[in-house]
Amino acid sequence: MTAATVIDLDVATVRDLNARLQALGRDSNLGPVHVRHPRGRHALAVGVSAPVDILLDGPVGYYAGGMNDGARIVIDGNAATGVAENMMAGLVRVRGDASQSAGATAHGGLLVIEGNAGARCGISLKGADIVVGGSVGHMSAFMAQSGTLVVCGDAGEALGDSLYEARLFVRGAVRSLGADCEEKPMGAAERALVAALLDRAGMAAIDAASFRCFGSARRLYHFHVDNAQAY
Amino acid sequence: MCGIAGLFLKSPALEGSLGALLAGMLDVLAGRGPDSTGFAIYGDEAAAPGMAAGDARVRLTLRGLAGADAPGLTRAVAAGLEGGDADLVLRDDHAVLLVPEAQEAAARALIARVAPSARVVASGRRIELYKGVGLPAEVATRFDLAAMRGTHAIGHTRMATESAVTVAAAHPFSTGPDQCLVHNGSLSNHNALRRTLRREGLAFETENDTEVAAGYLTWRMRQGMTLEAALAAALDDLDGFYTFVVATRTGFGVLRDPIACKPAVMAETGDYVAFASEYRALAGLPGIEAARLFEPDAARVYVWERAA
Repeated sequence: MTAATVIDLDVATVRDLNARLQALGRDSNLGPVHVRHPRGRHALAVGVSAPVDILLDGPVGYYAGGMNDGARIVIDGNAATGVAENMMAGLVRVRGDASQSAGATAHGGLLVIEGNAGARCGISLKGADIVVGGSVGHMSAFMAQSGTLVVCGDAGEALGDSLYEARLFVRGAVRSLGADCEEKPMGAAERALVAALLDRAGMAAIDAASFRCFGSARRLYHFHVDNAQAY
Repeated sequence: MCGIAGLFLKSPALEGSLGALLAGMLDVLAGRGPDSTGFAIYGDEAAAPGMAAGDARVRLTLRGLAGADAPGLTRAVAAGLEGGDADLVLRDDHAVLLVPEAQEAAARALIARVAPSARVVASGRRIELYKGVGLPAEVATRFDLAAMRGTHAIGHTRMATESAVTVAAAHPFSTGPDQCLVHNGSLSNHNALRRTLRREGLAFETENDTEVAAGYLTWRMRQGMTLEAALAAALDDLDGFYTFVVATRTGFGVLRDPIACKPAVMAETGDYVAFASEYRALAGLPGIEAARLFEPDAARVYVWERAA
C-alpha cells in the first residue's frame, strides 16, 4: 500500500492544495492524499479529475469537492453549503452533516451524506446520485432534472418542486410535496435501484422496500405539448 | 454577506477569555463584512463598594468621546449625582459610565449637558456595546476586546447593503435594557413596522432595518414576553431574510427566517454555546473537536438562559 501524501492546511494554502490535486492527470496513480486541519476552509479539493483518494480530516467550508470529476473524497466532519456541487464523476462522502444545496447541479458520481442534509439538497440535480443517511431540509431536489436522491430519514417542505426526470426515494415522513411532484409506485426496478445505491453508500442493512418513490407528475406548463412551439 | 459571531458561556472557566475568543471569531469573519465591526459583551453585575446587596449599578455605554477628558468627565457626572457615585472607563471614542441604577435618568441628563457630543448607545446592568468602522482586527484592537471578560457576547462584521457605512449603522443594535441584536440579511417590512413601533413609544436612531428588529423584540419583551416568545412572535411579524443572534442580561437566542436564507452553524459543549456564520469562525474555540455541531433549523426558536 502506498504511503499517504499529507498536506497540512496549517502550512500549505488552499490554492497550493487545489493546484497540486488539479495537476494530477486522469491516469494518475498517486496513492491516498490526507488533508489535515481543514478548519472549515472553503473550496477544498475542487475540480479534481484524477481517480485519487482524498481524506479531508475535519469540518469543511463551502463547495468542498465541487466539480469533482473522478476523485474519491471523504470528509471526516460536517460540510457547509454546496458540498460536491456540480460533481461530474467520482465519490464524495460526508461523515457528518451537510448544509444547504448539497450536490447542487451535480451531473454524475455519488454523493453520500451519512448525517443530515440541509435545505435544497440536490437542487437542479443533473444526473448524479445522492444518498442521505439522515433527513433532508426544505425544497430538496428543486427542479432536479436527472439522477436519484435517496433519503433514509425525513424530507422537509416542498420536496421535488418543479421536478423533471429525477427520481426521489424517502424512507421517513415527507413534510409536503412541491408543485408537480407526486408519489409513484415502488416496483421491483425501483427497489433494485435503491438497494444498489444503499449498497454503494455502505448502508446495505437498510431495506430498500421500506422507501417510497416520488417523481414528476409532468403537469407543469413546459410538459404540455401545446406549449412546445413556445420554445 | 455580513458575519455573525456569538458565544454564550456555561462554565465560568472561560469567562476571562471571552473577549479574546470573540475577537478571534470576528477576525475570521472579516471577509464576510469588512465595512464595520461591533460587539456587545456582558460582564459581571457588580454593586459599587458600600452599596446594599441587590442595589445594582447600571452601565451606560457612551459613544462620541474621542479625546475626552475622562477624569474631568467622571468628576462632572459625580458632582451632579446625589451620593456622587460614578465611575467612567474610556476606551478609544467609547466610554462606560457606571452609576447607581436609580440615578440612570439623572446621569443621562447630566451627560447631555457636560458631554453633548456623546450618545448613550446601550444601558443595562451587564451590557457594554462597542462599534466602529473598519476591519474586525482594527476595531477589536481599538477597544482592547481581547482583554474583556464576561459571560456572553455577540458580534458582527458588516457588509453594508441597506444603509451607509457609518458607526451608527453598524451592529449590534441595542433598543432596551441589557438587550441587543445582530442580523445577517435584510428586512422588507421594516418601514411599516418602525411606524407601528414608534406609535408604541419606541425611539429609533437610524433608518436601518436591523434596528427595527431589535426594537420589535424590545417591544415584545416590554409587554411581558420571554425572549423565546418574542422570537416566536417575530416569525409572524417580520418579513424578509434574517439570521438573528440576540442577547439579553441572562439569555442568548438564535432565529432564522423560514427559508433559512442566511448561513448559520452552531457548536455546543459542556462549556459553551457558540454561533457563527461559518464554521471557520468556530474552528479556534477550545474543545471544538468534541463539540456537537449543528445547523439551526429554519423558523425554529433557539434560546439558552443562564441563572441571573
